[in-house]
Amino acid sequence: MEFTFTDEQRMIAETARAFFSENATSARTRAAMEGEGIDRALWRDFCQELGFSAISIAEDVGGAGLGLVELAILAEAAGAHVAALPMLGSLMLAAQAIAAGGSKVQREAWLPALLSGETIAAFVEDAGLEVRDGKLTGGSGFVAHGALAELFVVTDGSGAWLVRRDAAGVSVSAQTTMDQTRPLAEVRFDGAAAEALADPAEALAAANRAALVGLAAEALGGAQASLDRTVEYARERVQFGRPIGSFQAYKHRLADMMVEIEQARSAVYWAACAVDEGSEEAPLALHAAKSFAADTAFRCAADMIQLHGGIGFTWEHDTHLFFKRARSIQTLLGKGDWHREQVAAMILGEAA
Amino acid sequence: MKLGFSQADEHFRQECADWLNGQMAGEFRDIKGITKLTGSPERRKEWEKQLAAHRWSCIGWPEQWGGRDATLAQQVIFAEEYARAGVPGRVNHIGIELAGPTILTFGTEEQKQRFLPGIAAGETIFCQGFSEPNAGSDLAGVRTKGRLEDGEWVVNGQKIWTSLAHISDWIFVVTRTEEGSQGPRGLTFLMMPIDQPGIEIRGIRQINGDAEFNETFFTDARCPADSYIGTVGEGWKIAMGLLAFERGVSTLGQQMGFRNELDEIIAAAKANGAAGDPLIRQRLAKAEIGLRLMRYGALRMLSNTDHSRMDGAALTYKIQWATWRRSLGELAMDVLGQAGEVTPHQDYEWDTLPNLFLFSRADTIYGGTNQIQRNLIAERGLGLPREPRWTA
Repeated sequence: MEFTFTDEQRMIAETARAFFSENATSARTRAAMEGEGIDRALWRDFCQELGFSAISIAEDVGGAGLGLVELAILAEAAGAHVAALPMLGSLMLAAQAIAAGGSKVQREAWLPALLSGETIAAFVEDAGLEVRDGKLTGGSGFVAHGALAELFVVTDGSGAWLVRRDAAGVSVSAQTTMDQTRPLAEVRFDGAAAEALADPAEALAAANRAALVGLAAEALGGAQASLDRTVEYARERVQFGRPIGSFQAYKHRLADMMVEIEQARSAVYWAACAVDEGSEEAPLALHAAKSFAADTAFRCAADMIQLHGGIGFTWEHDTHLFFKRARSIQTLLGKGDWHREQVAAMILGEAA
Repeated sequence: MKLGFSQADEHFRQECADWLNGQMAGEFRDIKGITKLTGSPERRKEWEKQLAAHRWSCIGWPEQWGGRDATLAQQVIFAEEYARAGVPGRVNHIGIELAGPTILTFGTEEQKQRFLPGIAAGETIFCQGFSEPNAGSDLAGVRTKGRLEDGEWVVNGQKIWTSLAHISDWIFVVTRTEEGSQGPRGLTFLMMPIDQPGIEIRGIRQINGDAEFNETFFTDARCPADSYIGTVGEGWKIAMGLLAFERGVSTLGQQMGFRNELDEIIAAAKANGAAGDPLIRQRLAKAEIGLRLMRYGALRMLSNTDHSRMDGAALTYKIQWATWRRSLGELAMDVLGQAGEVTPHQDYEWDTLPNLFLFSRADTIYGGTNQIQRNLIAERGLGLPREPRWTA
């Protein structure tokens, strides 16, 4: 039995943890929140100095050839600091889609710039997208980091296209967003020139797998950080002459958080491993990981606010960063109920 | 990081499955599928001997004592295949998984010679005498007294929740041998033969109507002076070491039983139309996800080669499975509807799903209640201040 990190994976985890705790500080994240919702220097270092952007991209298309377990390790570390990075749109969705379903020309045209971080891409879903003569009309009001993207990967659920930000008929406007570390934008196409990805099914499947694992891992990191920070507070804060962490009512809530988090950890790495090994459990594992980890992150962040008392409700404290990020993860890429309904259909033998 | 077992382990799995399925289709087909601890005790004692005859009774023990020196992975695989084949639980579970390992670790050479061959052969059945009416979660509150008299230990007091005591040959008993001692001090771990005038066993009827547990009364019960394990007065150490053996290997086998229960609920939901209810569907999915996460939590726990360290998955496992199974019992009743409220039997006796609903209330109590588990997680896992307790 080897359901545990290899030495190499442990090293990646240590490097990533050190990188984010040193650099993705509260001050820098808050500066990003006041600005465009991205810490550009952090993104440059993540992509170029550490080469983390290439980690789960195949070697033959210029990546490091590692799997979703390694991607999950990075996303978990990023989530633990609510890092303001376009990992979801640019890497987990767009780069994965292009790497898996792009033609050689498309890969060569976009992957180097996406992996170096020089170009940011975003993912646009519109089930009612109109496609006429290779031009797209439609869009979405909720495109993560869409305001900064120079490239859009667009899908109606079955087809997949590339659209440049500077093409005619593309309009983008930033939205004031509850989670300021991953702001949404309204992206509209009005007969915008598009280039179809060579293999849209492969592109969308790869993006879906990576993004579900990545979001679940990010949620896990956020949940664990919520617990760790609350434990620290429980030891320091004294009321009634005792550290509040010595009260059973308080301890038991923290214990419950840990019980949830340990399950979320199993879920994330099970799903990542199942995809990497091509296991037939992978589809179920992806639904399980996304729904379970997202709910865990929300519950832990909400408990972090409650267990911090008044200070936890202030803008000054970082509790709300985790709380808002967790809420947005719950909605992104399918709500928990939707994922559980997919699981129900599978186990009841109704799945198509 | 890998999900599965090695190829050699998978070969071993096949070997286990072939033998177990052969037995359950052949000579022992009459005991296949028994889930209650109390069903067919005589045949199940014969089954213990059959396991021993084919060297499957204690595969994790050293070869010298009848085991196979099986690796952790092999032990897990055997436990999984055992449950998958529908073989009933071991009536000598306490002997194989608790008493044996305790004697192997803390016993003298003479004690090993005296006890291990009988346990391995399925001839000596053990039960455990820890809890007392006033020593439940607080195990150090033991009051049963032991004193040395004419070269024998003489024991007086009462134990409770001694499962299978009525079919056992031996009981290990934690006794207070130091007059006036308190808490974990002054306790001694004794091995006593059950068949003697000083020991009386009475069944305890549970909320499901069954009686798997007992009260065991000691009135001048006796055993030879050399029947203690470890050191006189330091039985607490042995008791704590013994509880550590209880975790781990059997968990994946236990999960196969859970799998069967959930499958039965899914089948019932499809049959009676409950599967069309969106809320039931959500709960079925949650139960399925919870079971899968239990499996991967257990694999994380068992992949961790340093077993002295209580990692997160191990520390949270008890409360996780117990709470999951208790919810599963509630889901079973919501799926069954009123059909779950009546039994086809004349006696107050329940089929699998209503019995799951009733019995699972015990899961969050025995082996450390959920409340005690939360204390342990908070203190050992999160380093929070400890609850007041006996000062050793």
